[in-house]
Amino acid sequence: MWKWLHPYAKAERAYQLCNTLMPYFAVITVVCLTVGWVWGLAYAPADYQQKDSYRIIFIHVPSAILSMGAYSSMAIAAIIALVWQIRNAELAVISIAPVGAAMTAIALITGAAWGKPMWGAWWVWDARLTSELILLFLYLGVLSLYHAFEDKKSAGRAACILAVVGVINLPIIHFSVEWWNTLHQGATITKFDTSAIDSSMLWPLLINIIAFAGFVGVVTLIRLKNEILQCERHRPWVRELVGRGE
Amino acid sequence: MAQHSYWQLFFSVYSKDVTLAFRQRSEIVNPLLFFLIVITLFPLAIGPEPALLKRMAPGIIWVAALLSTMLGLDKLFRDDYNDGSLEQLIASPYPLSLSVLAKVFAHWTITGLPMVLMAPMFALLMNLESQALGATVLTLLIGTPLLSFIGAIGAALTVGLQKGGILMSLLVLPLYIPVLIFATSAIDTSSMSLAYGGQLAILGAMLAVASVCAPIAISSALKVSVS
Amino acid sequence: MQFDSLNEFLAMGGYGFYVWLSFGSCAAILLALFVSSLRDASKLRNEVRAQMKREERIKKAKQQEQV
Repeated sequence: MWKWLHPYAKAERAYQLCNTLMPYFAVITVVCLTVGWVWGLAYAPADYQQKDSYRIIFIHVPSAILSMGAYSSMAIAAIIALVWQIRNAELAVISIAPVGAAMTAIALITGAAWGKPMWGAWWVWDARLTSELILLFLYLGVLSLYHAFEDKKSAGRAACILAVVGVINLPIIHFSVEWWNTLHQGATITKFDTSAIDSSMLWPLLINIIAFAGFVGVVTLIRLKNEILQCERHRPWVRELVGRGE
Repeated sequence: MAQHSYWQLFFSVYSKDVTLAFRQRSEIVNPLLFFLIVITLFPLAIGPEPALLKRMAPGIIWVAALLSTMLGLDKLFRDDYNDGSLEQLIASPYPLSLSVLAKVFAHWTITGLPMVLMAPMFALLMNLESQALGATVLTLLIGTPLLSFIGAIGAALTVGLQKGGILMSLLVLPLYIPVLIFATSAIDTSSMSLAYGGQLAILGAMLAVASVCAPIAISSALKVSVS
Repeated sequence: MQFDSLNEFLAMGGYGFYVWLSFGSCAAILLALFVSSLRDASKLRNEVRAQMKREERIKKAKQQEQV
């Protein structure tokens, strides 16, 4: 496996890999996002309790899932970067962070817009909302630490360390906040067979989750390509690439 | 190298930092003063009703404690970074995490310990009763070293930056949240005369984990900042 | 189709404001992130191109000096 993986530690190969993967993610995103939004907004039946306001779930839940998923993948990349000293993994950390922060922001905004008609308040200090907010702080911390350094090499390492420290703390923060206060409804999808949600709503939700995952993939790949080019800008392969007008 | 040289290293780093702080008293007095002033501000801002103050006291005391530990953190590695002795510590054959542990311990002695000692007096300002008084002191005793450990990670990450101070608080404060939650809940529970051993145990567990893991994170962050 | 008319669709059973607020802000954030990433990419390429041109100019100037 090492033989197979190792070439991708080289910037040029990683760049090419990004290029090969990008169309798949792009197609998944465009198709699933269109289908998911149209299905969720127009075709899924209204909830008997929350009426049409529940349709926010089709973006709230995917963005919340992806906000945590992006953080864990960022932390995995950070651990790889710190342990094996792979520069591309550092770049991946920096590319995922803004996307994850955007997901967290979407989850918070849609949560607020859903909370107003349901709970009667834009913001409730409930456990999950609070941990989501703290997650946003962690993302912003990683980003601002990275941008504070002049030297981008040490900036990447520092951001990686912070991401790892954050991921160790994240479960502690999550459970302490959970224990502190719980008002939120239980998890919507726990197991498929005993899901609390009807399949007519579950399918568009799943499609939206895939769509958001694809979006995270596409934008991360674009940003990763940018970061690779930025740090390899004086290498011949970059010049050749740019000269070809790609 | 003799076998006790690790202890010697620990004590020499520790005593250097503490001696420096005692020579320049402001480093010890200022955080305490800040602590007192923040606590004074709250009754002025929210009103002097004793019942209200008693309800809010744990939170106020702990938020004040968080903010005053932040004050000393920026200086924790800054002076050593500027005069080059941090580089010497990294270059030395001894494990960096050990000297870092000593430095964090010194920071706690300078800022945390005085707060623990003065806490009963400040708690009286907020009308906390005698049961809650004990809980306040105990949570501060376990919690402030934890704050020093977590804060030192942020300080180590930002020591190489010109304006690291504000950035450090942004990085560190979200990580303080579990400490804040369990500490204030322990004080709250004790003021209802219930057992608060559970919260203290969790704080203790977090301290145990932090004292093992944080020095590693701090030393690798220092290596990044110095290189 | 759950809705009979466009107006009903926009009203979302009285929750239109909240639903469209969240979908609108979601679309705005996603789009902004996507566009800014693409713009970074083209900016970076232009920078590299400018640098290459500059180096070529310097090379030419040096050659002329030698002649």
